[in-house]
Amino acid sequence: MRRLNYAQAIREAHAQLLKSDPRAFVIGQGLWSPWYAGSSLEDLDREFGRDRIVDSPVSENAVTGLAVGAALAGLRPIVFHPRMDFMLLAVDPIVNQAANWSYLFAGQVGVPLVIRAVINRGGEQGAQHSQALHSMFMHVPGLKVVMPANAYDAKGLLFAAFDDPNPVLYIDDRWLYSETSEVPTEPYRVPLGAAAVRREGRDLTIIGISSMAVEAQKASVLLAAQGIDCEVIDLRSLKPWDKATVLASARKTGRVVVADPGWRTAGAAAEIAAEIGEQAFLELCAPVVRVTLPDAPAPTTRSEEEQYYPGAKQIEAAARSLLEAPARRSAALAGGGQR
Amino acid sequence: MPQNTDWLVGRWRTMLTIRRTEETIAAMVESGEVRGPCHLYIGQEAVAAGVCATLRAEDTVWGGHRSHGHYIAKGGSVERLFAEVLGKTSGCSSGRGGSMHLAAPEIGILGTVPIVGGTVPLAVGAAFAAKFQARQIANAQGNFTSPASTAGSYAQCGHAPCGMPDCSRDSACRHTFVDHPGAAVSVAFFGDGTIEEGHVHEAMNLAALYKLPVVFICENNLYSSHMHWSERRLADNLYRAGEFHSIPGERVDGNDVEAVYKSAARAVARARDGGGPSLIECRTFRWRGHVGASFDLDVGVKRRGELSDWLLKDPIRHAEERLAARGLTDLSQEKADTERFIEDAITAARAEALPEPRPNMAFVWRETACAV
Repeated sequence: MRRLNYAQAIREAHAQLLKSDPRAFVIGQGLWSPWYAGSSLEDLDREFGRDRIVDSPVSENAVTGLAVGAALAGLRPIVFHPRMDFMLLAVDPIVNQAANWSYLFAGQVGVPLVIRAVINRGGEQGAQHSQALHSMFMHVPGLKVVMPANAYDAKGLLFAAFDDPNPVLYIDDRWLYSETSEVPTEPYRVPLGAAAVRREGRDLTIIGISSMAVEAQKASVLLAAQGIDCEVIDLRSLKPWDKATVLASARKTGRVVVADPGWRTAGAAAEIAAEIGEQAFLELCAPVVRVTLPDAPAPTTRSEEEQYYPGAKQIEAAARSLLEAPARRSAALAGGGQR
Repeated sequence: MPQNTDWLVGRWRTMLTIRRTEETIAAMVESGEVRGPCHLYIGQEAVAAGVCATLRAEDTVWGGHRSHGHYIAKGGSVERLFAEVLGKTSGCSSGRGGSMHLAAPEIGILGTVPIVGGTVPLAVGAAFAAKFQARQIANAQGNFTSPASTAGSYAQCGHAPCGMPDCSRDSACRHTFVDHPGAAVSVAFFGDGTIEEGHVHEAMNLAALYKLPVVFICENNLYSSHMHWSERRLADNLYRAGEFHSIPGERVDGNDVEAVYKSAARAVARARDGGGPSLIECRTFRWRGHVGASFDLDVGVKRRGELSDWLLKDPIRHAEERLAARGLTDLSQEKADTERFIEDAITAARAEALPEPRPNMAFVWRETACAV
């Protein structure tokens, strides 16, 4: 099968959706410029016209509100935020409006809307061009949140998000744009709320989110060379998230690392760890360990960035620490089940 | 323009229905029968009645926390409004919304919410959709106009009778975009405090830039909650709020239903014909407090003085005087009919059930694009 990179897969999904659905349009900053979206929207305006690929003024709130209103009135918008940081100006239409609408009016009206936000970290861009804010949005009832980690999912999740009758926050990461995978030419859907087991293993589970799912796979290779057999799960959807797949793996291996590209406190990894703790505590051999960003804004200097962003090495270290910790479950059982 | 005596009686009747509905709600707020926050529209009825008289069923109206009047004037069921403020499942939002969250998609109310200015960009979005759809009709070259490819669209949901001659209120609409010549108009109702929100200016700029069929109705009742406009702004010039965005504005007497109608009719016609957005500042006054049933005299001497002036400018009495000048002095039958209508509606709403007292997760997410 042919291979596409992540950005090409996003572009292809847009083109196919625009072609097949006359209600579809894209609006946001930088759509007519290669500067904002990389190649992920390249030349869509030439192909579909500037009536449907609408490069907007820098008005994040009203542009997102416009998309919400257009969705309520029968269109299928994709609203684009080239830096997730900028999207914070649009929290009202996303959280107060789009997310609440269906519930408030008992499903009489709904907001079939894709909100696309790009994480653009690295490159010495600093605190307001780098943030991964997915956990803030997975907190909100009524929103769905997805974070594809490879080109196949980038296309399939965009289709699924577009088809969904609810507001879906689709978060892609520019670090992943050159990652390639096999991508079918025809449209397909990756279901929302379904994780993917990237590698089966016995010794421990690594759950990765977005770019950290890629790092998790790299870590599993490092660990395999040391005789450690990891199971790697790419979470893909953060809301709803695939509790069944995660809990089954946690129960199987008894040891879990959650690798999250966001901050530590009240982050996505904290939610996953808490759920595993509540549901599978007695089947764990060790506490769930998180690999996250430190609770600090993104630095701008290269040397500090290298420290700031964890990767495969930090995941590997976390995994090793889990395996080196005393096996509490076995010890407890040996002591007559005392806890 | 249909501004004969019968027409004015109709508008008067709409205003009276709003007034009596809200006085009934006010009594229920005072007795404790209604517990959620109710922001009453009494005193401002001519704005909703005048503007909505210019609209078609497929036109959308957008409001905020003070939207009972908009809902009634656009044709919403009074019984379902009563049921909603009472939290009943038969309410217009199934008891989920209460006074501040009203929906009636079949008549173009896709939701009112209390975040100040929250629906202004949404109104612009609905106008964007209307123009987008109208453009597709105009450009209909066979690419995107087959009924199959528009399945699930607003017009196909069965939500709205679309205004086509063979589409009645009773039957689900099956028309598609291609059947609808001309753009639907959306109307954003908001108060004077809303002009102080930044995103409202973003929305006005987008509406002007894309030349969208939207009309901005600023109901200037002089107070944002407890604050007089002079405590919030240096100049009394809200009708000029769109000037910087190339949106023409005018000020009208918001207590004169005919004046409101004439101004709104020009703006709506301009929007429908592709002329873009307009702003109308309707000068008016709410008799009751920002929220609740009281007359809110505690906010100061100034408001007390203003209230006594504005009570003399009662929009309903104003219409009655106009009718009397045209020889119609006896409205007792219409008044009695309105009373009976309100009485029947509240009796029916009271008889309905409250939702089951358990957590209800239904519709946090919608399962299908077209639930109704």
